[in-house]
Amino acid sequence: MSRMQKIPELTARSTPQAVANAMRGLSDKAIAWLFILPTMVLLLAINIFPLFWTIYLSFTNYASNRPNRPVQNVGFKWYKDILNSPEVWSAMQATAHFVFWTIFFQLVLGFGLAYLIDRKFRGHAFWTTIILIPMMLSPAVVGNFWKFLYQPQIGLFNYAVSFLTGIDPSSFEMLGSVTLAPWAIVIVDTWMWTPYVMLICLAGLRSIPDYIYEAAEVDRASKFRQFWSITLPMALPFIMLAVLFRGIENFKMFDMVMLLTGGGPGSTTELASITLKRQAFEAYRTGYSSAFAIILFVTVFGLANIYVKALNRVKQR
Amino acid sequence: MSATKAQAHSVVVPTATTKRIAGTIVILYALISMLPLFWIIATGWKTPPDSISYPPKIVFNPSLEGYCNLFTTRTRQTQEYIESLGEPRDTCDAVTRQREMVIAGPSNYLPRFINSLTIAFGSTFLAVSFGVLTAYAFSRFKIPLADDLLFFILSTRMMPPIAVAIPIYLMYREVGLSDTALGMILLYTAVNVSLAVWLLKGFIDEIPREYEEAAMIDGYTRLQSFFKVVLPQAATGIAATGIFCLIFAWNEYAFAVLLTSGEAQTSPPFIPTIIGEGGMDWPAVGAGTTIFLIPILVFTVLLRKHLLRGITFGAVRK
Repeated sequence: MSRMQKIPELTARSTPQAVANAMRGLSDKAIAWLFILPTMVLLLAINIFPLFWTIYLSFTNYASNRPNRPVQNVGFKWYKDILNSPEVWSAMQATAHFVFWTIFFQLVLGFGLAYLIDRKFRGHAFWTTIILIPMMLSPAVVGNFWKFLYQPQIGLFNYAVSFLTGIDPSSFEMLGSVTLAPWAIVIVDTWMWTPYVMLICLAGLRSIPDYIYEAAEVDRASKFRQFWSITLPMALPFIMLAVLFRGIENFKMFDMVMLLTGGGPGSTTELASITLKRQAFEAYRTGYSSAFAIILFVTVFGLANIYVKALNRVKQR
Repeated sequence: MSATKAQAHSVVVPTATTKRIAGTIVILYALISMLPLFWIIATGWKTPPDSISYPPKIVFNPSLEGYCNLFTTRTRQTQEYIESLGEPRDTCDAVTRQREMVIAGPSNYLPRFINSLTIAFGSTFLAVSFGVLTAYAFSRFKIPLADDLLFFILSTRMMPPIAVAIPIYLMYREVGLSDTALGMILLYTAVNVSLAVWLLKGFIDEIPREYEEAAMIDGYTRLQSFFKVVLPQAATGIAATGIFCLIFAWNEYAFAVLLTSGEAQTSPPFIPTIIGEGGMDWPAVGAGTTIFLIPILVFTVLLRKHLLRGITFGAVRK
């Protein structure tokens, strides 16, 4: 025993102080900061610095295709222009339509599916995995192949609709019609992301302990009453979480819609991100689009913050 | 009588009929939702005329033309020239010659696919490495303003990608990172690191501190106990997080299409540009999409137990 204690003691004494410090000397505090540093540096370089740059650009007349032109301060000109621009308002309207209806359909279908899967029929785990596949795919690739499915005449979608309803498959164009195109993008997004809402709702339903239903049954509450007074309120925080994530994602929506309609026909499906891309990378109005980017970011950030507060209140209830 | 009924089945276990109805509806939904995917995979095995025929062909003779077209570029030639070439070298050669064309060279699909692999794996490796260190620090040490810092890390995910792309585009142009794999790797690492920190913090929180404390009593330093005790314990979580980062980087389009044009272009911006004579070459698109989706299908099956955690940034853990 005494021999064993001596070895570390001797080693400690014979080790030069500098080496000992390097080996043992890193305090927990030093390690903590050392571990956090790389992430913070990366985020500062690739997220925060560009954000401040965008804010700066939004007050200038800089254009990325004319980098040598003298940069002038234009004040709040772009912000005023954006808020008065009918193009921007129509983009915001298209975005609102898209966000509202995708969340609506995904909630109805997603919650419904989760409720059915929670009946735990034979093979439910396997079928759940199958249902989850669409949400793992690349939105751009999905947009691209749905363009194929939506082709009038040759597309599977029109063919299926005509098969079920008897309408002539070449009598309507999902992507070419001003009235149908906004729904075409809602359908694809719903197809892709219903599994996401379903998965979160399923977690909500599974978080409700059995004994609450047993107690309700003892009290002779009807199945309908049980659903409204137990299932729905207890799953609500989960449902709200799903809405939060879908809301943020769809407000930013770019890739799937860009590949599917490119914002057309006209500008009926031109969502905020697509307008932003047009202004920044096709019209090269860098200052204007920077201001628009800041407005979008502040909107998402503000709405998300208000929503999270509401979510926390529901959780605490 | 009511007593025997209660014994027959518990109130929380659905009856056999309920289960059957629920199962039928769910399976029906699953099958319908798989139709689009099935259709694009099937299109990859059709000939171009079959792919655009009306009514859509459900039964067809499988052809390799889509896959051949995906990997090659072709030029139209006269019948005499093709006959003068002699026997076709392989199946693709033969298929192409039937259309009065000859293979001119390889297409860009393979290099784009390799770019996708390099960028996805590179950025995942970095994001998970940075993420696991940061997550450990947040999980085990008292960090001033920890909640604010964690929220800051998450909030970087709320910016629309196009909004971030404007300054990144200018910045990369200045420092010579535009259209390079390194530039894309750094960018995807920055996007993924927020997810990695949040997910991994959840996983590390679940590892009892006692393990490390025991190791440290045995003479391990803090760093040794991190590498030899915590990391092996967190292996499943690290793997799941890695797959999530991989999927994001693999699927990403907005940054890729704006910041890369040639050298470093990945598959998602490339696939929609596959065109044949007189419009989209849908069988080639189908083939390209199929090859691109296979890794994702494998990952989905591997990840199914951790999906919920991943898609909610660790907010829902079951």
